[in-house]
Formats: sequence, structure tokens, C-alpha cells
Amino acid sequence: MKLHRYEEIWLILGVGILVLSMVVTGYQTFAQGLGPPSDTDQIDPQKVDETAPFDNPGVFEVGENEYEVVMTLQAFGFTPNEIEVPAGAEVTFTMTSKDVIHGFQIAGTNVNAMVVPGHIQTITETFDEPGQYLILCNEYCGAGHQMMSTTITVY
Amino acid sequence: MEMAAKEIFKEKTNKALGVNPDDARLTLTYFSLAFIVLFIGGTLGLLQGLNRAGLLELPAWFNYYQVLTAHGILLILIFTALFMVGYFYAAMSHTLGGLIPSVRKMGWTALGLMLIGTAMVVITIVMDEATVLYTFYPPMQASPWFYIGLVFIVLGVWAATLGVFTNAAIWKKRNKGQHLPLLSFFAVGAFLLLFLGSIGVTIEVLMLIPWAFGWTETVNVMLSRTLFWSFGHTLVNVWYFTAISAWYVIVPRIIGGRLFSDTLARVVVILLVILNVPGGFHHQIVDPGFTEGLKFMHVFMSLSIAFPSLMTAFAMFAVFERTGRKEGAKGLLGWVKKLPWGDVRFLAPMIAMIAFIPAGAGGIAQTNNQLNQVVHNSLWVTGHFHLTVGTTVVLTFFGIMYWLIPYLTKRELTPKINKLGIIQTITWTVGMLFMSGAMHLVGLLGSPRRTSYTTYGDNATALSWDPYLFFLAIGGTLLFIGVVLMVYIVFHLMFKAPKGNTEFPIAEPEDDASTTPKWTERWGLWVVLAIAVISMGYLVPIVDLVVNAPPGSPPFRTW
Ligand SMILES: [Cu+2]
Repeated sequence: MKLHRYEEIWLILGVGILVLSMVVTGYQTFAQGLGPPSDTDQIDPQKVDETAPFDNPGVFEVGENEYEVVMTLQAFGFTPNEIEVPAGAEVTFTMTSKDVIHGFQIAGTNVNAMVVPGHIQTITETFDEPGQYLILCNEYCGAGHQMMSTTITVY
Repeated sequence: MEMAAKEIFKEKTNKALGVNPDDARLTLTYFSLAFIVLFIGGTLGLLQGLNRAGLLELPAWFNYYQVLTAHGILLILIFTALFMVGYFYAAMSHTLGGLIPSVRKMGWTALGLMLIGTAMVVITIVMDEATVLYTFYPPMQASPWFYIGLVFIVLGVWAATLGVFTNAAIWKKRNKGQHLPLLSFFAVGAFLLLFLGSIGVTIEVLMLIPWAFGWTETVNVMLSRTLFWSFGHTLVNVWYFTAISAWYVIVPRIIGGRLFSDTLARVVVILLVILNVPGGFHHQIVDPGFTEGLKFMHVFMSLSIAFPSLMTAFAMFAVFERTGRKEGAKGLLGWVKKLPWGDVRFLAPMIAMIAFIPAGAGGIAQTNNQLNQVVHNSLWVTGHFHLTVGTTVVLTFFGIMYWLIPYLTKRELTPKINKLGIIQTITWTVGMLFMSGAMHLVGLLGSPRRTSYTTYGDNATALSWDPYLFFLAIGGTLLFIGVVLMVYIVFHLMFKAPKGNTEFPIAEPEDDASTTPKWTERWGLWVVLAIAVISMGYLVPIVDLVVNAPPGSPPFRTW
């Protein structure tokens, strides 16, 4: 198949952009540690309440300026639903679902992850700006899905 | 309506000219049903848009999520499947000299199976027994009859696929050494991709049925989800496939030009078949259970689909420029003025192509990890979907109606209907600009998809999204007007337009075009390559999901 000269240039440019975007994504993922939430730990979805750490959900200070939020998602709420952390702290959310698939999204941030029964999901964020952030479920989970939200207060 | 159509065709059989009346009746039945489905689905879409903006409260007996489930399944599965089969069967009938009687029978069987499936699915949704959205993610459990309905729809699609393959194979046998005409080549490719893409979801549904009957206790949630997406995104590319077949073959003829390159078009078909199926994995970038390395490989596999699209973009604009210059256009962009903007048969697919520029760019952007994380499951995705499918694909489908229905019914597109068609196209485009634009913007701000009207307890962030949602509702209303106009136009062209002769526009190759190489017809090789690429994408994660499965999930009914 013979390609037109301009077509070759167009395709080389196009592929160049794709490759460049792959390089950027790869660098961010593997060099800067900005990969997508990809926890591979598992859990029995019927025994969440008896399995550590989910037998005791809550906000824990785990290091200097480091917090862990152990959270369960269920129709139609988040446990715990009162979260307060200081500004500038690195917060890791460790989550699982007690029933169906839920989404975990903090509006106005890049925090966005699927929480699937049988799997544990973690995602880390540093909140630099004080304020109140809206946490919402962004995967349809039933009749009260639109009410499934909570807030996180950064002081 | 059926009766009336029968009458018209009886009187036609006597003076058959070009179009085979039996084939025409098959396609017209598909189209009639497709546009009835579009009307119902569009009405449901309007209700959703108004609810989402807080302008309309839906009753408890037909709530937002029921409406959303029906809207999704009717438009994503049924409308597109009916249209695609009707269109490609007409294309085969025209380019291969009529359908083979057994294939025509397969077409009718396919329709019957799809209708049985649709009835089961719709009834369970209306009864509120299947309010699980079109993604039907377990462990939300719908009525088993909902899943059985889905199986019937798949069987219908497979029957239609078998028909396409049979007709192409028999034609090849009768016309030794000749290339399958390009439009039929597209049909074979599109149905092959549809078949390969639907294997995963069929396995998923077959696992869900015993679980829904209670014969098995738990379900592997992640495996189901992964099998779903091996189909979910492929389906989108099957419609895109259907649309570009008209861009390559029909549009050049309508503007008075020639085929860009027969070989290039066939290479695009082959690449789309080979590369597409693993593309759906990018829906799972923020899922647990998969390593970052696997996800990175899938970003690459998703992006590779952009390559044939880049080839298509070049081919289209090259045809426009070449045709314009032949008619004496000068300067860099003089050819733009030579295009028949007032001809709806051109305008609709042209806007579809233009919409694909931002739609494709948005697709490339959100495939990458970090950007995906910003927009995943937000209204951005819904906006993207309505730009790619609702505009690029559907406007091309609409554009096809203006000549294909008159061709099949031996009628004519009058200047009046052409004008109404232009109004329809513009209404649709503006409606999509408002709706999809608002969805893209508010999605970036974090507004979720698949969520009925809510302010999350008057949360300030959520309240700031309201103005965008208002624009979404305006767009939705315009789109509903567009649906009504289109349905009117389709049935007018079917039954009321004046008698006359309309051609099936097929672009001819350039006089000095080089011959198409033989290797383009090596379907066995393309299937093997497609299976290799699918295995590369899915073998490792699926084996892992089966072997290292977490304890399964019991069913839940949360609606
Ligand atoms: Cu939820």
C-alpha cells in the first residue's frame, strides 16, 4: 500500500503524540508514583465487619503528618462519616464494600476510585487547602445512590 | 404500519427495479422498529435530563434509575443493533446483487430473537425487577428473565452475523478472484468485531443466570465486570465502524467525488477488527485488583485504536479537498465552499465527522491514567459518550436515512424534507453542544454520572453545579425535538414522499487508482491476529481473576 507523503507526516505526528502521551503517563505512573489506585488485596465480602482493619473503621494518625482513614462503603453511606484531618497531611483511604460496587470520589480533587466487594482499595491524597470537601459515591448502587455522600473537613 | 408496508410492497413486486423488494422489506422493518425505539428512548432521555436539572420529579413507580436503565438499553443495544443490521443487510443486498434467500431468513430470525429479548428486558425493567442500568454490574441482582432477555438479544445479533458471513462467503465462491465490494467488506468487519466483542459478555450473562435463579450462591464480581467491559467499549467501536463505512463509501459519492483509496479503507477495517476488543479495559483504570503494569499496557492497547481513526480523518479531508479542487476551488481552504452544505445527506455526516475531532481527542485524553482519574464516572464520561455516539454515530445514521429509505421505497427526497432535515440536523447539533458541553464541564468539576437530582444536602460544591445542569436540560429538550423531527422524517420518507428513483450512492475508485492487494481478504489471518491481541489483553487478568478469586458475593437488591 502506497501512502501519500502528507499522510505519512500526519500519521507520524499522530503516533508521535500517542507515544508522547504514553511516555508522560509512564513517567508519572512509575517514576513519580502517581499511578491509578490499584490495590490487589482481597477480603471476604461477607465478613467485612470481622476482618481487620475494617472491624474498626475510623481516622487514625499513623505517622508524622500521616493519616489513615479505614472506611467501609455500603448502600447508601460511608463509615465513618465524620472525617477531620489537618491541612498538609498525607491521608490514605483504605476501603472496601459491604454490598455492591460503589465509587469513591472527592469533588474538586483527583481522588477517584472504584470500591468493589471482595477487594480492598487504597488511595492517597494530601489536602493542602483547609475547607470542607464533598465525598460522593459515583457508581450507581441502588435507589438511594444520590444520597450517598459525606464530607471531609480539613482544618 | 406493518400492514400498510405490506400493501405497498405487494404492488411493487410487479415492477421491481434495482432493489429487491424482499430485501427492502426486511431493512424497512428493521428501520421502522429502530426509530420507534429511538422515540421511546429519546423520551426517556428527556425525562432524565429534566430530572437531573431538578426541574421534574419522577414518580416512584417509574423512577430515575428505571428510566435510565430503559434509556440505556433501548438506545445503546436495541436502536443501534436494529439500525446496523438493517443498514448492512441493505448494503449487502445492493452490492452483492440481492441477499441469498437463506440469509434473508436469518435476517428475519435475528429480528425475532432480538424482539423476544427486548420484550423480556423491557418488561422486567418496567416491573422494577431489573433496575440495574445497562451495565448490570453484579452483585446487584436483576430478575433472571432480564439476563435471559439479554441472551436472546445476543443470539439475534449472532444470527444476523452468521447471515452476513454466509452471504459474503457464497458471493466469494460465485465470484472467484474478485474483491468483496467495499461496503460489504465493512459489513463483514463490523459483524466480526461485534461477534468477537460479544463473547465475553455472553459468558458473563451465562454465569449470572444460574446465580439469579439462586442455583449458585455467589458471583465473581470483578470477573463479571471485566467480561462486561470487553464488550462494552467494543460495541461503541462497532457503531463507529458502521458510521465510517458511510463516510468512506457513501459521502464521497454524495459530494460528487471518488473513493479516497480502496486499499486504505480495507486496512482501516482490518485494524479496527484486530485492535479493538482490549480497548474496553480503560474503563477499569481506577479499579482494584489489577496491577499498575497491566493497566499501563492497556492504556497503550486502548490508544492504538486511535491509529485507524487518524487514517480515517486524513482520508475524509483528502476526499473533500480533492473533490473541491476538481471543481475549481483555489487556495488553502477554497474547497470548503465547494461542499454541498445545503444537502442534508452531506451535512449530517459532515457534522458527525467534525464532532469526532473533539470526541476523539477527549477519548485519547481520558484513556491516560491521571486524566482518567479526574473524570472517571463523572458526567464528563456521559458527555463524551453523547458526543461520540449521540453525535458522530447517530448523525451519520440519520444522514443515511435521507437516501436509503427513498431508495428502498422507490421514493424521493423532496427539497422540503431536505430543508426539514437541515433543521433537524442543526437542532440535534445545538442540543448536543449544550448537553454534552455542559456535561463535560460539570464533570470536570466532579459532578457524578448515573445519579438522579441531588444537592447532597445543599452542599455548596454540589449547588455550584446547578447552572451547568440547567444547560444540560436545555440541550436535552432540543434533542427531544430533534428525535421527534427525525422520527417524522423517517416515516414520511417511508410512506408519504413522492414516488421516484433514488440511487444507492457508492463512490467509484479514482481512474488511476492502484489495484487492491489480495492480502486484504485473508480473513483467517485477521481473526488469528485479533485473537492474539485479545489474548494479550485479557488472558493474564482473566486467568488471575479466576485462579486468585476472592470469596464471591451474594446477591443484593438495593433498589
Ligand atoms: Cu454507593
